[in-house]
Amino acid sequence: MSSNNYKLLQKKKKEVLELWMKNQLADEGLREDLISNDELRSQSEELIEALIGNLSSNSVEDINSDEWSPVIEILGGIAITRARQGFSPRETGNFVFSLKEALIEVLQKELKNDIQALFSETLKIGRIMDNLSVVTFETFIKGREEVILRQTDEITDISTPVIRVWDGILALPIIGTLDSARTQVVMENLLQEIVETGSSIAILDISGVPAVDSLVAQHLIKTVSATRLMGAECIISGIRPEIAQTVVHLGIDLSNIITKSSLASALAYAFKVMRLEVRKVNAVQKSNLL
Amino acid sequence: MLSLSKETIKVLKEQDVVLLRNRVKEVAVKIKMGLVNQTRLITAASELLRNMLRYANGGNCIVEIVSSGRNNGVRLTFIDKGPGIPDIALAMKDGYSTGKSLGLGLPGTKRLVNEFDIKSKVGEGTTVTIIKWANG
Repeated sequence: MSSNNYKLLQKKKKEVLELWMKNQLADEGLREDLISNDELRSQSEELIEALIGNLSSNSVEDINSDEWSPVIEILGGIAITRARQGFSPRETGNFVFSLKEALIEVLQKELKNDIQALFSETLKIGRIMDNLSVVTFETFIKGREEVILRQTDEITDISTPVIRVWDGILALPIIGTLDSARTQVVMENLLQEIVETGSSIAILDISGVPAVDSLVAQHLIKTVSATRLMGAECIISGIRPEIAQTVVHLGIDLSNIITKSSLASALAYAFKVMRLEVRKVNAVQKSNLL
Repeated sequence: MLSLSKETIKVLKEQDVVLLRNRVKEVAVKIKMGLVNQTRLITAASELLRNMLRYANGGNCIVEIVSSGRNNGVRLTFIDKGPGIPDIALAMKDGYSTGKSLGLGLPGTKRLVNEFDIKSKVGEGTTVTIIKWANG
């Protein structure tokens, strides 16, 4: 950018900001629920400051050069916060695009007598702002991906609860696909809980596992073996008819493991092993109890 | 045999397994496959996918609805550019595995589906094709 025009923009910084703010506030997609106008203004001011300060540099066209890193940093910061706050891509994009409009509008006003210069400066501004938009989107998506990753972690955490159903009996309902990472979490939680509660029976309920292939079966067998090493017995429950047929066809040998079709029958079996009895109280005894 | 619909899905990471499994299930439901056969097909697909991911770092899967006479079915083709299988007969034996798995993937899959075909060239890759008929 020629130094004259640069000084011009430097001088008109205030005007650019006002125009930009006007553009942003006029936009239908303005999210006053997510960001206050004051905050928006301070974000905008910070970005313009850094951007216009950079227009004088020699490497103005090379967005990867070091001189651009402060601008990219500010923009990246804004994009990431917006992704977390729940802005849509369109709203985030408009933030940058409306700045382009404002810059070009100011240039147009100032250079209206020199079409040649106006054209070349507009092109330059366009190129820079396009590059910045790409950066914004890259960071925006990265921000979103972080949100997804965090949620994945949360799901892994909450999806493997160990429930103490009775004194000495633990139940662990597994929902979703069992992969290596998940098996590790399941096994750790289960073994830890066995130690803490001194339980002697653990029930792994796989009603919520959509398909049992040989890898899932292998993981189950490993979990059962580990539980046995801890001195507890492990029952696998919730085996649906179609799962049973598939396992047989696959040729997986689960005969060493106690399996039940439902959690209820697994619990009944556990009671039997622990020599507990669940009985219906008849009317006479009940009145005695009361 | 007539192919009624065809789509190719890329499988590169473990999360894609769930995605493809759901897709296979949708297709199976569409041709009114019974629950047991659905589960068999999905399990077979899942075995082959895991093999592909483990030994060939992923590949492509073609999901097709095929029709032959009055029978509809799902044909899945798994194509990878992995190291290939030197001895297919050995790989098809129960309990044989070069990894540390149970060694039931390939032979088990064959038992789960109606038609099973495997072609492999060392250094070039492996292609496995399976067909499960809606009422087969």
